[in-house]
Amino acid sequence: MTDVLVPPVHVEDHGHEEHHGPTGILKWITTTDHKIIGLSYTVTAVIMLVIGGMFAEIIRAQLATPNGTLVSLAQYNELFTMHGSVMIYLFAGPFAFGALANIIVPIQIGAPDMAFPRLNALSYWLYLTGAITMLSGFFVSGGAANFGWVAYAPLSNSLNTPGSGADLWIGGLLLTGFSAIFTGVNLCATIFYLRAPGMTMFRMPIFTWNMLVTSILILLAFPVLTAGLIMLYADRHFGTHIFSVAGGGVPVLWQHLFWFWGHPEVYILALPFFGMVTEIIAVFSRKPVFGYKGMVFATLSIAALSLGVWAHHMFTTGVVLLPFFSIMSLLIAVPTGIKIFNWIGTMWRGEVWFSTAMLMALGFLVTFLIGGLTGIYLASPPLDFFTHDTYFVVAHFHSVVMALVLAGMAGLYYWGPKITGYLLNERIGKAQFWFLFIGSQVFTFPLYILGLDGMARRMAVYPHQPQWKMLNDLSTLGAVLIGISTVLFVINVVVSWKKYPAGDNPWDGHTLEWFTTSPPPHHNFYRLPQIRSERPTWDHNHPGHPALGHGQHEVHENEVPAS
Amino acid sequence: MKVEAKILIGLGVFFGLMCLVYWNWSLENAGGVMMFAAMLLCFLPGGYYYWWSRRMKMRPEDDPNATQASGAGVVGAFPGTSIWPFTLGMGAFFVVLALVFGIWFMVPGIGLVAWAMLGGTAEGRRGGKV
Repeated sequence: MTDVLVPPVHVEDHGHEEHHGPTGILKWITTTDHKIIGLSYTVTAVIMLVIGGMFAEIIRAQLATPNGTLVSLAQYNELFTMHGSVMIYLFAGPFAFGALANIIVPIQIGAPDMAFPRLNALSYWLYLTGAITMLSGFFVSGGAANFGWVAYAPLSNSLNTPGSGADLWIGGLLLTGFSAIFTGVNLCATIFYLRAPGMTMFRMPIFTWNMLVTSILILLAFPVLTAGLIMLYADRHFGTHIFSVAGGGVPVLWQHLFWFWGHPEVYILALPFFGMVTEIIAVFSRKPVFGYKGMVFATLSIAALSLGVWAHHMFTTGVVLLPFFSIMSLLIAVPTGIKIFNWIGTMWRGEVWFSTAMLMALGFLVTFLIGGLTGIYLASPPLDFFTHDTYFVVAHFHSVVMALVLAGMAGLYYWGPKITGYLLNERIGKAQFWFLFIGSQVFTFPLYILGLDGMARRMAVYPHQPQWKMLNDLSTLGAVLIGISTVLFVINVVVSWKKYPAGDNPWDGHTLEWFTTSPPPHHNFYRLPQIRSERPTWDHNHPGHPALGHGQHEVHENEVPAS
Repeated sequence: MKVEAKILIGLGVFFGLMCLVYWNWSLENAGGVMMFAAMLLCFLPGGYYYWWSRRMKMRPEDDPNATQASGAGVVGAFPGTSIWPFTLGMGAFFVVLALVFGIWFMVPGIGLVAWAMLGGTAEGRRGGKV
């Protein structure tokens, strides 16, 4: 074991670690360093993004014509099921709380590692094996799971969905679920117990705050899904009838269990990206976060409310309390609105630097606003009855997740240099942004109209109507633009490989990760600054700008004080 | 420690109130039980932190005026490398495959899990590799 002392040894030389251990593949297999584990998560999650994206491109190519024959109807069912599953279970969540949180949170709070390094490594192996298990459904007879990413009962029982593809889906999700729970435990313990001296809770960076709240949500929601999956497996193989009417069970119970996890999951996916964007907007506006405490309480409010809205996905079942879930869902718009207001407030009168990371963050803001506003429509039962299971819901959800993809890319451009030590090419990055941003809108807007026009989701073929064909073509074009943006990102990584050294603090960042070397040494820090605000690195690098309490700000020479 | 306790207890109180309203209004059991369980899951660690926060002196990370020197000392023991998480992960993988492809996968699965638990425990006791 390595006993870590605080403060770490003062070393002026920025030479890297003296940690001696295995090398090559043995290093990858045996590592307990949160940065290497985080990097493994990042690479695996990006591969999942590419796989899920390829499924999406095939789906859009199939829908480019009304009677598409690119894939069979059965293959189409597998594709939309696995597209949703890969993107939700294997990309978005693990990328946020497995990859970036793993790498960044310990450094942001001045910790030498995660609280439980071996549990952290186990989380990654469970995630990787879960992903392999779920995807291996394509290689068994009968194909991969084909009941949609929500696996509604009784469609998901052994009579309606026989074959091992569905079992592999359940098994894969069990493994990744446990991975998420262990990561949640680890992040909570790290944030509660390993903060540096002076790093009080209300000095933690917003990203770390959001990861803490996300972790609490994971611990509240994921066990419910795990329990539901075990019940589903028991129904399929052990003769129980928990979700089947025939044996006295209740099919809609699956929906309750699934969405009690599923709606908090939307915020488990979103909150980390909210945190990333908050950091990026503040750094590239040269200002502290506007309304820091408001952001923290908004995040806590979103988390609290998110556990009381699950059945807005079940309005059309006819067995849920419509007013309760409608009111709770509409209430979530308030703290979310506070966040958007604060992001704009952070940029207001700032010296905005339109780097690729900032452009991606702004793209997130616009796209998320569209997704969020259409979510308010869906919180209203009469509108939901009209649009349920149409492309309107698909469009709303994809506006939200494309916003998260934009935020994730912002995170990669912003923190990538800290992780690798090298910058990505800004010109290619900006081209990627425009393809991704425009592609996201071109992809989703036609789907809103198609949904309002009554086109049902999960259809491999559709009636030959000229307007539907045109709108589907447009959406397919948007998907192609998004695909090009992904290719541009891969090209950027290849072109920029070890080409543009980043230095320790290329963005003049605010938080502790920008105080250490790029990449950070083993156990992260040679020394730490005094922590007197939520911007310790900024305070250290700008001693002329004293740390002020929350709600206070410096008065610039050209600023007229309020009378 | 007090802030951590307040967050968790505050969330627990909210879930408790929400549970009361929902259960009485809807008479639907699944959601009520889940919200009640969420409340308990918040109260358990929240109560623990609250209990400790009243009995221990302020930690350097809770002190807004703490210097780096005030936190000097051993903060924890961090294993440099370990093969056991990988072994345990592979064991869990085989156990899940047994649910799909046949019970015989349990043999390597349970074997690897048991081996990893023994090895990991022994590693923790003797210090492991650095």
